[in-house]
Amino acid sequence: MNELDAKHPLDFDAPRFSIKKPVVRSDAQGELSDAERVDRAMKAFARDMNSTTAAYLESCVHCGHCAQACHFYVTSQDARYTPIWKVEPFKQAWKREAGPFAWLTRTFDLKPAVTADELREWQELLYDSCTMCGRCSMVCPMGIDIAALVGLARHAMFEAGLVPHELWAVAERAEREGSPLGATPKVLKERIEWLEDEHEVEIPLDKPKAEVLMTLSSIGIMKYPSSLTALAKVMKHAGYDWTLRSDGYEATNFGMLSGNLAWQKALSLRLINAAIACEAKLLVLPECGHAYGALRWQGANLYGKPLPFEVLHISEFLARAMREGRLRTRRPTASLTYHDPCQVSRRGGATGAAREVFAGLKADLREMPNGGDANWCCGGGGGVVTLHRADEHRRRAFAIKMKQVVESGAEKAVTSCENCRLSFDDGQAHYHWDRKMGSLLDLVAEHLDEAGTGPA
Amino acid sequence: MTLLELARGPVLTVALLVFFLGTAWRLWAVFRRPRKPDYSAPRSSDTVGGGLRAIWQRMLPRSAYERIGMTGTINAYAYHIGIAVIVFAFAPHIGFIERLTGLSWAALPDWVTYIATAFAIVGLVFALATRLTDDVQRLLSNFDDYFTWIVTMLPIVTGMALIEQTYVPATPMVAPATPDPTLLAVHLLSLELLLIWFPFGKLAHAVLVFVSRYRTGVEFTRKGAAL
Repeated sequence: MNELDAKHPLDFDAPRFSIKKPVVRSDAQGELSDAERVDRAMKAFARDMNSTTAAYLESCVHCGHCAQACHFYVTSQDARYTPIWKVEPFKQAWKREAGPFAWLTRTFDLKPAVTADELREWQELLYDSCTMCGRCSMVCPMGIDIAALVGLARHAMFEAGLVPHELWAVAERAEREGSPLGATPKVLKERIEWLEDEHEVEIPLDKPKAEVLMTLSSIGIMKYPSSLTALAKVMKHAGYDWTLRSDGYEATNFGMLSGNLAWQKALSLRLINAAIACEAKLLVLPECGHAYGALRWQGANLYGKPLPFEVLHISEFLARAMREGRLRTRRPTASLTYHDPCQVSRRGGATGAAREVFAGLKADLREMPNGGDANWCCGGGGGVVTLHRADEHRRRAFAIKMKQVVESGAEKAVTSCENCRLSFDDGQAHYHWDRKMGSLLDLVAEHLDEAGTGPA
Repeated sequence: MTLLELARGPVLTVALLVFFLGTAWRLWAVFRRPRKPDYSAPRSSDTVGGGLRAIWQRMLPRSAYERIGMTGTINAYAYHIGIAVIVFAFAPHIGFIERLTGLSWAALPDWVTYIATAFAIVGLVFALATRLTDDVQRLLSNFDDYFTWIVTMLPIVTGMALIEQTYVPATPMVAPATPDPTLLAVHLLSLELLLIWFPFGKLAHAVLVFVSRYRTGVEFTRKGAAL
């Protein structure tokens, strides 16, 4: 076992799948002086600064509306969790170092220089109490995309070596092994063999050519292996020429969540190169929210040119298959509600895809109050679910989600993000809740009409 | 040179210069930053339309986000509209703008401006009270917020002191009849303070709002995301 893996062992038994709770936390990386940490953070922030982010940093009128949209503020009533406050050191740095009147600000010391202690204090605000769900971005009267600013601030925090223990550990493991949670190519192969044997399905791996490259999330491989079986059943039913690739299957991107742009790029390139290698026309991302943001909306920019294939989230893929009449399904008997993964719906623009799938299934869909684009986050996105020290805060935020699910009046709930499912599993265990979050893909697979008598 | 001559002459010139050049500089600081090309396949290509829609839609209350209190939203409407009416629909102010630019338009009856003034004052006082008592706003606030409040309120208060004075509209040939020269000078100087502060503080949101909303509208529309 690698020395780092021994230091950060995975916790396979807990409802929330992460590394085990560290006995001694190490929330700073590298042997850097305070001055070096600040310098590296500021340089990274300046590197990412573009015209749009500059407009955002110039525009805030301190109205505080964003607080009311944030589950972490709403459930704590602590003003520090106001979304725009989470980037305060970076607003401060912008005004002092690079803004239009930076020379005045510095000359008269109108804004103090950012310190390493400030950055350490803000680590909790940027990582533990922000899922980058983007609800705040929707209510800002100035139109500031606060979630995007938090993403940039995380880049700076990574450069400063100030990433929370668990998130750094899983991101590092992802970069080194190709998977943040131990789903190495060897493990994947073993899982596939086991599932093929157990469920009598065919799961193609490493076909030299395929029209569709399917990708997975390590959470799915390790925690929800039935998702692989469901995938195989759907693909066979729909008659696609598809494959998984051991050189590019892991779609989660903890490089992005931790704030390391180089790792984010390396992880994205694995998928991109795998798709190119098998000449895929379509790459389908798994039930994972941030994977969609990472590859669908940021992948081409890291690649440096348009991707030579199409990228779809699995919910979009299922919707398309239904639209094309490739899936014959039976109607689910239970009423259903849908938890929108923030990065797929609100941040990704694919809110309609899951609804199209429900319509195709002729399901009794009962929307949550203020669901869809305004949906409340599960509380575990953005890597928050991996952080032990954020547990209490995250679970408090989850209470909003439970209320939303109950108020929908539906008998069953499904989502299309395995990270959200982890949050639900953890919340369910913590609150002894009698609800379980299911998967949209599993739902479709369970209602395939192999006899061919259902609607298509 | 009298105080009024000073306020109408060199101070006004300086204030307008700072206002225009400072605002342009502040916008330049935003626009001079790079804009990287986005290579992701767009879901919608109507990004300009999306940007413009975002400018409009972010002006409207968002019912899906039920926790955003309507009180603050309605109050913001009250003082923004109130101030706009005072500046652009009150006959003496249209006269002032005409003297500077040659442009003029029909004024609203004075009583409308008086009502607008009441809305503006009550709204601004309420906004300040909220800023001082609400935990979130208090934490976010700094010198800019309070100083901006003062420089916004001053021209309204000093202007009210002139309301009872007789007003004769200005023409290109005839200077407006001056009510109390000192009161008028103080009113003008308070406006000039606002103009000078505009580029440096949050008042510039009157311009920046169009940039930030538009940019978000463009980016969200590319993704097909809701605005």
